[in-house]
Amino acid sequence: MNNDPTAPGFWSDLAEVLVEATGETLYMVGVALLVTVLVGLPLGVVLVGTERGGFLEAPFGSRRAGVVINRVLDFLVNLGRSVPFIILMIALIPVTRLIVGTFIGSTAAIVPLATVAIPFFARMVEIAIKEVDAGLIEAADSLGATRWQLVSKVLVPEALPAMMLGLSTTVTSIINFSAMVGVVAGGGLGDVAIRYGYNRYSVTHIIAVIVIVFLIVMVLQTIATRLARRFARRSFDSRGRTRGDEADAARELVSAVDDGLLPGGSRR
Amino acid sequence: MISLEHVSKTFGAGPRAVRALDDVSLEVRQGEIFGVVGRSGAGKSTLIRTVNLLERPDSGVVRVDGRDLTGLSSNELRQARHEIGMVFQHFNLLASRTVAGNVELALELTGVARDERRRRALEILDLVGLADRAESYPAQLSGGQKQRVGIARALAGRPKVLLSDEATSALDPETTRSILELLRTVNRELGLTVLLITHEMDVVKTVCDSAALIEGGRLVEQGGLVDLIRAPGSRLARDLFPLGPVPETSGTVVDITFSGGSADRPVIATLARQHGLDVSILGAAIETIAGNQAGRTRLEIPGTGDQIDAAIADLRGQGLLVEVVSQPSEGVRA
Ligand SMILES: Nc1ncnc2c1ncn2[C@@H]1O[C@H](COP(=O)(O)OP(=O)(O)OP(=O)(O)O)[C@@H](O)[C@H]1O
Ligand SMILES: [Mg+2]
Repeated sequence: MNNDPTAPGFWSDLAEVLVEATGETLYMVGVALLVTVLVGLPLGVVLVGTERGGFLEAPFGSRRAGVVINRVLDFLVNLGRSVPFIILMIALIPVTRLIVGTFIGSTAAIVPLATVAIPFFARMVEIAIKEVDAGLIEAADSLGATRWQLVSKVLVPEALPAMMLGLSTTVTSIINFSAMVGVVAGGGLGDVAIRYGYNRYSVTHIIAVIVIVFLIVMVLQTIATRLARRFARRSFDSRGRTRGDEADAARELVSAVDDGLLPGGSRR
Repeated sequence: MISLEHVSKTFGAGPRAVRALDDVSLEVRQGEIFGVVGRSGAGKSTLIRTVNLLERPDSGVVRVDGRDLTGLSSNELRQARHEIGMVFQHFNLLASRTVAGNVELALELTGVARDERRRRALEILDLVGLADRAESYPAQLSGGQKQRVGIARALAGRPKVLLSDEATSALDPETTRSILELLRTVNRELGLTVLLITHEMDVVKTVCDSAALIEGGRLVEQGGLVDLIRAPGSRLARDLFPLGPVPETSGTVVDITFSGGSADRPVIATLARQHGLDVSILGAAIETIAGNQAGRTRLEIPGTGDQIDAAIADLRGQGLLVEVVSQPSEGVRA
């Protein structure tokens, strides 16, 4: 193999490498995203709930338990968000080995990726749920809702547009970090960039990787913004008034999409 | 149907503590519409929120339909809340759900099956006049329509009691009237007991059978509207029929309150004919309250002494409530 585009077999090699790497990246990002949502969503909900005056302020009948849970989770989230990814990735090697059996390869890369994305997404969820009008919680209480019903039928559905926006940002950062796991031989497009672009300085490989990453981000963001827009549409009335800042943010997003500034717009 | 006994509630502690409810006792009878009026910060919202224990009182008993809610477990309390509907000033509808979906929420919480939920939601939307907007989202509705959805949601679980905290305060007068009519309708057709909070006397006049006045966390007056009107010195009656400040005048000024049968008696003619007094009308307010004509008239009666005393005694003898608000000799008496 070499980095001379005129050499025989260069383009077919390139294609082979890129297809495999793209598959690995999508696999890492996809599974990491799934884990992030599965863990980050409840984490964000519990963070809001265990605050003072929250719907979970006294789990198991103890306010102290609520305070402790809130402090611990808040600390972990802050920790996860402040440690630079490359350090986090190295620090997590023993954990990764324990869970996956090895710390090399795409599957192993999922552990640090999810670890960095969960706190990020949990904060997004927390913010989105805090934006839900307290009046709605009151209404649900007046109707005799259980805590679980409050979360599943009121808080999460009402926070969905804002959470979709958070998810869109989260995906982008997972893709971003997924390139970095190439450093510990996690495979994927980042690995290609390092092996071919950095070690052998192949401009063609670098450009190809950039184009593919850009396409992936664009496609995912298009999907996320479309979903966010669909949920958010409901919050506008004909005069364009909205309920709350969350809806305002969503409306701005929608108009940006409509104006063609962001991908996914149906230009009218 | 609803009874509060010696309910108190203090927010905060120390010098910054606010006594929002101070030994409040109140009785709302089955099937009536009871209005609580008071200034901003008087404790109205706190009062109504104690009825379904959204606000737990520090002391006192809250009974709804004979059951003391303060003694219930959280599970039992949730069950009890299914019997108590509540509507809010800012509607508090879910933006993520359609009109029908909002109404169905109330039924989902009690585990009603899907088909039955749907059927019941459409039935109740029909009652509030929104059957054709079932698939709209709240953001596409006017304020009055949103409040109708709020009422439909509160009624979906067939509660015995409806609580309304300033349900019309965000609406224009016309819409207010239509929402009040709706409350009247559900009160009559469903036999629902309604406790409503308002700062508008007009709301009390239009729909209430009974009313209470709250001030600084204390209930200073309560009773049936007709009784309140007949009660001498009633602040609620004075607020219901405002005659304005007492004017500076040389004559005697009296406020006469009419109610029930006395409303159509020719009082002024009687004074002129039988007592030879030439009265002038300074102000009048006449309304139909709880099906009876009632109102107040402020008269200025010239002359002094025995003549006027005799005339007042005569009016009182006819069952009218007469309050002397100003006399030339003693100056202004409030
Ligand atoms: N959660 C709370 N924490 C602290 N103080 C409170 C709380 N809720 C109410 N208060 C105080 O209790 C008093 C009564 O408040 P409440 O909301 O019942 O008044 P209101 O009569 O409904 O007023 P408005 O007409 O403005 O709605 C006020 O002084 C208010 O500041
Ligand atoms: Mg209030």
